[in-house]
Amino acid sequence: MPVANIQVSETPLVLYTLRRADDALILGHRLSEWCGHAPMLEEDMALSNIALDLIGQARELYTYAAKVEGKDNDEDKFAYLRDVRQYRNLLLVEQPNGDFAQTLVRQFFYSAFADLYWRAMMTSRDATLAAIAAKSEKESAYHLRHASEWIIRLGDGTEESHARAQGAIDHLWSFTSEMFAVDDGERTLIDVGIAIDPATLRDRWLTTLANVASEATLSLPQNNWMQQGGRAGRHSEHLGHLLSELQSMQRTFPGLTW
Amino acid sequence: MVTALDSKSDLRQRAWDAAASVVDPEIPVLTIADLGVLRDVALRGDHVEVAITPTYSGCPAMNMIALEIELALERAGFHRPKVRTVLSPAWTTDWMSEEGRQKLRAYGIAPPQASGSRRALFGEQAVACPQCGSENTELLSEFGSTSCKALWRCKSCREPFDYFKCH
Repeated sequence: MPVANIQVSETPLVLYTLRRADDALILGHRLSEWCGHAPMLEEDMALSNIALDLIGQARELYTYAAKVEGKDNDEDKFAYLRDVRQYRNLLLVEQPNGDFAQTLVRQFFYSAFADLYWRAMMTSRDATLAAIAAKSEKESAYHLRHASEWIIRLGDGTEESHARAQGAIDHLWSFTSEMFAVDDGERTLIDVGIAIDPATLRDRWLTTLANVASEATLSLPQNNWMQQGGRAGRHSEHLGHLLSELQSMQRTFPGLTW
Repeated sequence: MVTALDSKSDLRQRAWDAAASVVDPEIPVLTIADLGVLRDVALRGDHVEVAITPTYSGCPAMNMIALEIELALERAGFHRPKVRTVLSPAWTTDWMSEEGRQKLRAYGIAPPQASGSRRALFGEQAVACPQCGSENTELLSEFGSTSCKALWRCKSCREPFDYFKCH
């Protein structure tokens, strides 16, 4: 028997919270795919640890979204019983791992943003979001340091690692502008001080990227053709495959618990 | 056994002592009081409420710690205790007690440095080897066997060691 997707009352605050939770869960899941496959033991542990932080952030955010919504949804239902179109994560975080360079470039783009974003969100007038931000900010700063060191090592490494890192930057660049965009619903939260406007972070984000890229002898693309859609539920073909794995147990054995 | 003769502050102290005896399942030399994870113990009508704060968002030890607190309080005669998680203010290694730091070092884990150094993107850190005390050490990996540790190596005694990351 097919398992029905949950219905979500998407008020601006519920939707806002789900978007950030989905970013963290999907990127955390992607990183967990490296467990047992990373190029060396230390990185296997590093990527799994970062995945753990992100999935922990997602749990806090889903739990808060459920509380705000006030129905009988919970963190598990949000994760396991929504289909592709109900997920609102950035297109960037659902992109496949590719090679190690592609995984680290994706992580670098996201962590450089998350570090700034959560630090700014610590002043949110929503006490729960501010508290989640304070924890996430510390973790993101550490993730950024790890990713930055790898970008430098790969870019300023061998001809092969340089080419792969540059290729990953060029490939993933078009997914970055979505981080700085907001819709009307989110604008209402920004106006009352619950959310912050991510567009105000773009210059600092670019500076972080430029500093690391320069040390890594890599260059940032000049083209500005960008893809968007994740925040509105329009995803790349990759997310459905990811969800089929993430949700397979719950879809096969409805109501399964540990 | 809890009797009506106990004054309220004695009771609270006994509940605190019971909760504070719970150790971190991954670093069993540290109690949750040493770690600064135990934030508050309060008497609420007929039950005790304990507030804890997670170290890292995804730390899998938190569920275990909450269960251990409930068991410790039941054993001390406090029935049906409640454990509450608080996120704010966010946990920092600056809350680790001096006693906790010494226990960590004796256990072979280098204790965390002050969190002021945390934001340095490529900051140089001097972490002393917990085995021989030498500061001639190097970072092997930013991430170690648990969320809260990084992997280092001493260049003097050649021993690898865990470093409790500052957070």
